Amino acid sequence: MLEIQAEHRKTLNMTIDKETVQKVAGLARIKVTDAEQEKLAPQLSHIIGWIEQLSEVNTDNVEPLANVVDITPPLRKDEVTDGGYPADVLANAPEELEGFFVVPKVIE
Amino acid sequence: MTKLTHLTIAKALKGLKNKDFTAKELTEAHISAIETSRSLNAFITETPDIALKQAEESDKRRASGTTGLLDGIPIAVKDLFCTKGVQTTAGSHILEGFIPTYESTVTANLFDNGAVMLGKTNLDEFAMGSSNTTSYFGNVINPWKNQNKPEADLVPGGSSGGSSSAVAARLALGATGTDTGGSIRQPAAFTGTVGIKPTYGRCSRWGTVAFSSSLDQAGAFARTVEDTALMLQAMAGHDPKDSTSAQKDVPDWSAALNDDIKGLKIGIPKEYRLDGMPEDIEKLWQQGMEWLKESGAEIVDVSLPHTKYALPAYYIIAPAEASSNLARYDGVRYGLRVEGEDLQGMYENTRAEGFGDEVKRRIMIGTYALSAGYYDAYYIKAQKVRRLIAEDFTKAYEQCDALLTPTAPSAAFAIGEKEDDPIKMYLNDVFTVPASLAGLPGMSVPAGLDHDGLPLGLQIIGKAWDEQTVLNIGKTIEKSAQFAAMPQMVVQKAA
Repeated sequence: MLEIQAEHRKTLNMTIDKETVQKVAGLARIKVTDAEQEKLAPQLSHIIGWIEQLSEVNTDNVEPLANVVDITPPLRKDEVTDGGYPADVLANAPEELEGFFVVPKVIE
Repeated sequence: MTKLTHLTIAKALKGLKNKDFTAKELTEAHISAIETSRSLNAFITETPDIALKQAEESDKRRASGTTGLLDGIPIAVKDLFCTKGVQTTAGSHILEGFIPTYESTVTANLFDNGAVMLGKTNLDEFAMGSSNTTSYFGNVINPWKNQNKPEADLVPGGSSGGSSSAVAARLALGATGTDTGGSIRQPAAFTGTVGIKPTYGRCSRWGTVAFSSSLDQAGAFARTVEDTALMLQAMAGHDPKDSTSAQKDVPDWSAALNDDIKGLKIGIPKEYRLDGMPEDIEKLWQQGMEWLKESGAEIVDVSLPHTKYALPAYYIIAPAEASSNLARYDGVRYGLRVEGEDLQGMYENTRAEGFGDEVKRRIMIGTYALSAGYYDAYYIKAQKVRRLIAEDFTKAYEQCDALLTPTAPSAAFAIGEKEDDPIKMYLNDVFTVPASLAGLPGMSVPAGLDHDGLPLGLQIIGKAWDEQTVLNIGKTIEKSAQFAAMPQMVVQKAA
C-alpha cells in the first residue's frame, strides 16, 4: 500500500514544461506566445508543485464532495417558462445578422 | 448633525422616516463624495442618474407610506452582478462594454427593497485575487494609510476591493460583494468594515458572473453588524432560477440581532495559529476571546486537522470550475472579439487579449487539472480533501456553536507587494478558504488597529444556516471593540 502511494506521488511530482503549457493553452483556447510559455512554465510548475502536498492526505474510502450543503436540487416540469426575445439575446453580440450570431467561416 | 455620508444604514432609515432628510438629499451627498474620491478608483461605472431617479421614486413611496426594507439607502454594487442596462465588466477587458439585458436576482431583490444604486464597483478580474490589483480597470486604493509609511498606497483587499474601499471611504452606506474564498471577509478586514458571507445557497447566483460555482456566494459590506444584517436580508432568498439556492425563508436577522451570547461555546481552532503571524493579530485574537468570555460565552479549544490542505484543494477546485465557467467567453455571443485566421484563431486571439495574467494562469491550472490522465489525481483528490475539511467543521461543531479566528494573516499591504509569487498572494485567504470549502457562513468584524494604525478584523464562522449566531457574536465583538477609527482621508474631508 505504501509503495503504491509512493508511486502515485512520483507520477504526480512533475514539472510543467513549455510543451505542456502550449498543449494546455490550446485546450483552453488561449493563444500563448513563445515568450509567455517561457514565463508560464515555471510559474505553473511552482503552483502545481505546491498543490501536490494534497498527496500527503489519506483519502482512502472518502467520497469526493461535489455538493456542499444539504440541498436536494428541486425538479420542475419540463416546460418552456421563459424566452422569445431574440433581440435581447443578440444585443451584445460582436456581430449579428438577421437574428443570428455571425462567426468566421467554418466550412470550406 | 452627522454628515449624511457618515450615517449607518439603520440611522439613515430612521432619518428618512422622521423626514430629517430625503432619499434624494442622502443620495446627492454620496454622489458628491464619489466625485471627490475618484483617486481611489473604487468604481468602474458611476450611475448618478439612475441613483437620483431611484431616490426620487423612493421619496414618493415614502410619502405614500409603502416602503421597503432599504428604501432610499444608497449602496454600491460589485461589478460582478449583472445590472439591466448598465455595463457589467467583472473587471475584465473581455466584458468591457457588456450591457446586460437582465437583472441579477440579488440586485433585483435590493431594488425591490428600495435600495438606490450609486454605481458598479471595481474588483479583481473575474473575482480572482486578494488585492484588487488584477482588474483591467486599474488598482483600487485603500482609503487607509500606514501611519509609519504614509506615502505608499495600500490594497483594499480583494476581490471585492472597490466595495470595501467605497464603504470605508464613506462613498456608500453599504455594498454588495461576492465571496468565493474570502473575497468579502478579507477586504472587510483590510478596510475596517464589516463583511458577511452567508451560507452557500442563501443568495441566488443567478445573474452573478460565475467564477467557481460550487463556492461563489453573494454577501454584504457595511459599517456595522446591524447594517450588514439589513443588507443581507434584502439580498437573500430562494430563487427558482438557481437550483442551488435554498428553499428556506429568510429570517429577520436584524430584528433578532442581540449581543446576548451567554452560554454559547466559541471554538478556537489551534491550526489557525500560524508561525510568523504578526503579534498584533495574535494579541487581537486573544482579546477577542476575552471579550466573548466577559459576555458569558465559553471558549473551547478545537481542532480542524485538515486546515493546511484547504488552500491547495481550493486552488484545484476553483480554477477547475473557472476554466469551465470562463469557456463561454468566445468572442461570439457577447464581449470582446479579436479576429483570427479561422474560428479557432478567433477564439484564441480573443481570449489572449481579453483575459489578464492571473485569469489565464487559473484557467490553465484548471484546464491542466481536468485534462485526461490528471482528473483523478487532482480534481477528484481535491474534492475528497474538501469532504475531509467539511467534516472537520462538523466534528468541531459537536463541541461548539461557532468559531473565532483572525480574518487575514496580515493587515493591508502596499500595492505591488506579494506580486512576485502567486502563492504568496494566495496565502492571504488561508483563514477564509476553509469555511468557503465547507459552505459555511463567515463574517469579519473590525476589532482594532495594528502598530501601523491599520485595521484588523476578527472572523466568526458559524454552522450552516446559522447566520443569526454569527451576527450576534459579531455584534458582541463590535460592542466590546468600540471600533471608531476612520481612514485618514475621511477624517480630513470631514474636518
